[in-house]
Amino acid sequence: MDQERLDTILSRYEGDAADLIPVLQDIQDQYSYLPKDELKVVAQKLNVPLTRIFSVATFYKMFSLIPKGRHQIRVCLGTTCHLRGGPRLMESFSHRLGVEPGYTTKDMQFSLETVGCLGSCAQAPVAMIDDKYFGRLATDKVPKILKLYKN
Amino acid sequence: MVWKITDETFETITEEVILSIDGISLRAPQGQSLLMAARHHGFDIPTLCHHSDLPSEGNCRLCLVEIGEHPRTRLVNSCTYPVEAGLLVQTASEKVLQGRRMVLELLLARCPKAKIVQDLAAQMGIYESRFKTDDPEELCILCGLCVRACREVVGVSAISMAHRTPGKLVATPFLEAAEACIGCGSCAFICPTGVIPYTEKDGVRTIWGRDFPLQPCNVCGNFIAPTAQLEHWAKITGDPVEHYFVCKDCR
Ligand code: SF4
Repeated sequence: MDQERLDTILSRYEGDAADLIPVLQDIQDQYSYLPKDELKVVAQKLNVPLTRIFSVATFYKMFSLIPKGRHQIRVCLGTTCHLRGGPRLMESFSHRLGVEPGYTTKDMQFSLETVGCLGSCAQAPVAMIDDKYFGRLATDKVPKILKLYKN
Repeated sequence: MVWKITDETFETITEEVILSIDGISLRAPQGQSLLMAARHHGFDIPTLCHHSDLPSEGNCRLCLVEIGEHPRTRLVNSCTYPVEAGLLVQTASEKVLQGRRMVLELLLARCPKAKIVQDLAAQMGIYESRFKTDDPEELCILCGLCVRACREVVGVSAISMAHRTPGKLVATPFLEAAEACIGCGSCAFICPTGVIPYTEKDGVRTIWGRDFPLQPCNVCGNFIAPTAQLEHWAKITGDPVEHYFVCKDCR
């Protein structure tokens, strides 16, 4: 375990139980997942039971207990996107990357997942890669977009 | 609740409110839940996830009541809704019964074999559910009594809810043997459907994936409780742990 790296994150907070989610978000951002040993330290430092951390970490979709890829692909399957070809878009990403939603490619480059709604229904169907939105996405644009992120 | 300290005695002065339950005006102390107020006055409201020694969480939704004045009424969980002055409450209106039947059907779809759910459903005339059952052997109704008992009464918080529906379950951290568990068995004891696996054999209690040796009484030799639990008591009371190695009959 990289104690220093974790301490840097923890040093930004007061160490209250209320800091739990922001701390977990920082760990998720930096490590691309929530490592078990780190969570045990967080439990001690913030004085929250490990059960609570496990509960929070498994509840929110933004957290993962297994390592995620370098880029997060989120394909929207909210009502509007669903109607406007979201499932086909999902299939296309899944097919090109060779992974099912919820999984990460072998080279740890991409994690693929579905989301409920990205809040841009006017742009349906929408996908998000890391912090960037891709609206009115047709399946024929998928290879091009993936290329931007490969290497 | 207002606390007033008089000479040497504590006197509780509780403000009361007047509300109406099923058309009957009655008093209830401020801050009390509708459920407790109604039960106190003899109204029958079924519950699954309520326990008087634990904070209410409103998980099972069986205790639904209808509040407000026609036509602006709504259903609320009586276990988490506090009494209000002038509130009109109905515990057995058509809307309530319909809601309750729906809840029971959903519970029955989740746990078709849970005796307590079957019984409650039968009381409402429900013997089967129109909804799909995922796992016919499922017995956990996710009432959260075990989680609350472990956190609030035992004070160790060794188990919690994990994941989200439909995969939600009661679990130890990382689904591993629970480090924080003291093997007290409170969770298994309080479980209304008896789904928490628990065995006791040759002086060892097994629960949540861990084996807890039981402590024999220093005098009579009968098993008292898991040593880990007695150590936990010693820790919170500050007494030497040996103090607890004598069972209550031999003290
Ligand atoms: S047996 Fe363990 S998990 Fe269950 S109530 Fe006791 S300490 Fe909590």
